[in-house]
Amino acid sequence: MRIPCPFCGERDAAEFLTIGSAPPPRPAADAPMAAWHDYVHLRDNPAGLHAELWQHIHGCRQWLRVMRDTRTHVVAGAEACRR
Amino acid sequence: MRHSALALLRHALTGNRSWAPSWRDPAPKAAYDTLIVGGGGHGLATAHYLAKNHGITDVAVLEKGWLGGGNVGRNTTIIRSNYLLPGNTPFYEKSMQLWEGLEQDLNYNAMVSQRGVLNLFHSDSQRDAYARRGNAMRLAGVDAELLDAAQVRAMVPGLNLDSQRFPVKGGLLQRRGGTARHDAVAWGFARAADQLGVDLLQNTEVTGIRIERGRVLGVETTRGFIGAKRVGLAVAGNTSRVAAMAGLRLPIESHVLQAFVSEAVKPMIDTVVTYGAGHLYVSQSDKGGLVFGGDIDGYNSYAQRGNLPVVHDVMECAVQLFPSMSRLRYLRQWGGIMDMSMDGSPIIDRTPVDGLFLNCGWCYGGFKATPASGWCFAHTIATGQPHALNAAFRLDRFATGHVIDEKGAGAQANLH
Repeated sequence: MRIPCPFCGERDAAEFLTIGSAPPPRPAADAPMAAWHDYVHLRDNPAGLHAELWQHIHGCRQWLRVMRDTRTHVVAGAEACRR
Repeated sequence: MRHSALALLRHALTGNRSWAPSWRDPAPKAAYDTLIVGGGGHGLATAHYLAKNHGITDVAVLEKGWLGGGNVGRNTTIIRSNYLLPGNTPFYEKSMQLWEGLEQDLNYNAMVSQRGVLNLFHSDSQRDAYARRGNAMRLAGVDAELLDAAQVRAMVPGLNLDSQRFPVKGGLLQRRGGTARHDAVAWGFARAADQLGVDLLQNTEVTGIRIERGRVLGVETTRGFIGAKRVGLAVAGNTSRVAAMAGLRLPIESHVLQAFVSEAVKPMIDTVVTYGAGHLYVSQSDKGGLVFGGDIDGYNSYAQRGNLPVVHDVMECAVQLFPSMSRLRYLRQWGGIMDMSMDGSPIIDRTPVDGLFLNCGWCYGGFKATPASGWCFAHTIATGQPHALNAAFRLDRFATGHVIDEKGAGAQANLH
């Protein structure tokens, strides 16, 4: 699996660490408990294209938003989280 | 008794052409009392215990492929009950006890081998943590022994205890743990369930779940609609996909876990050894191959195959622990899709849909749980209430804060 880092070019996935799904926007601090439960615990877990966060820890250390197919591991694209 | 030495001889002499099938291949009926979705270890065990313990025989198991083609055929065959937390320990000990009587119960040789499971520790703090876990196990009536380095050396020849970086200081041993022949477990449960009247429907994929006024009516399949009063889901890595058909969004991520077998060698490891400084567990099959595995790959996957960085990592751990393994070639490798829950513990519970029951979240510990999972899921489906053994495995525990987090890793599925 190779990830096209917008800063370093296409690099092996071993250089990256993932924390999983790119989360939806964080609920407000005073949002109801159900909204926080949803945000912290529940996942769409799609079989197909999946937006996820990877950090290029052995490269530029930037956080990337990667689109990847969970059925084939094909990476469709990656963009920097911070613009 | 359908197999004997005499039958073996007779069939060998006649070219093995006339063996009777081990189970029927029935056409689906229009409706059943109970449907189990998923013909793996947990689904087949559930069907067996529904029929045997609760007298519910109007049951069908729906399997999209062939029986036992998923995770029950894709694991490292280890059975154990060395858990720390009160929500887990009695459940896994029940499973261990069911393993101990399984072959007599099913009249099937599942090759249950109580060769011991030895968890190595490498530091004083890790020794404390393992002593604590061993004490918790003994308080719950589970066997546990804390070994020092000399006892480990005597028990596992060939183990490298004197690594400069991670010397082995001892291990926590559960002698009643061990291995079982994974495919035989699926086949044994399948045959026993079939004999009690359960229909095993292979090549029958569920494509939808029909719900009216909050109550399940049956499932749409590739072989048409099948009605049911109760539907139980035991579909491991595909849990999120199938539950989504009922409008449920779950605390589950699907991840790939790889496992490996080396070429066959003479007897070398007669127990199960786990590495405490990396993540590795290794045992030796009766054919002589070393069976081993490590961490999940760490990213969401439905692919049933992994990538090279984890292969590399597992091999490094194996060679660190058993230097002689560096001369072995590895024979084959596979991946299974784990239903990773947000606290590392399973879910066996009702759902917000009446008549729909859920069995999932096994992370990469599902195989050892197979008998108790089926036993408890059958109880939950038959009575509508969880058994005391699975009372803690609630679906709503994430919302209420009653999580069972053995590792204390939090809601980060790839860390459990």
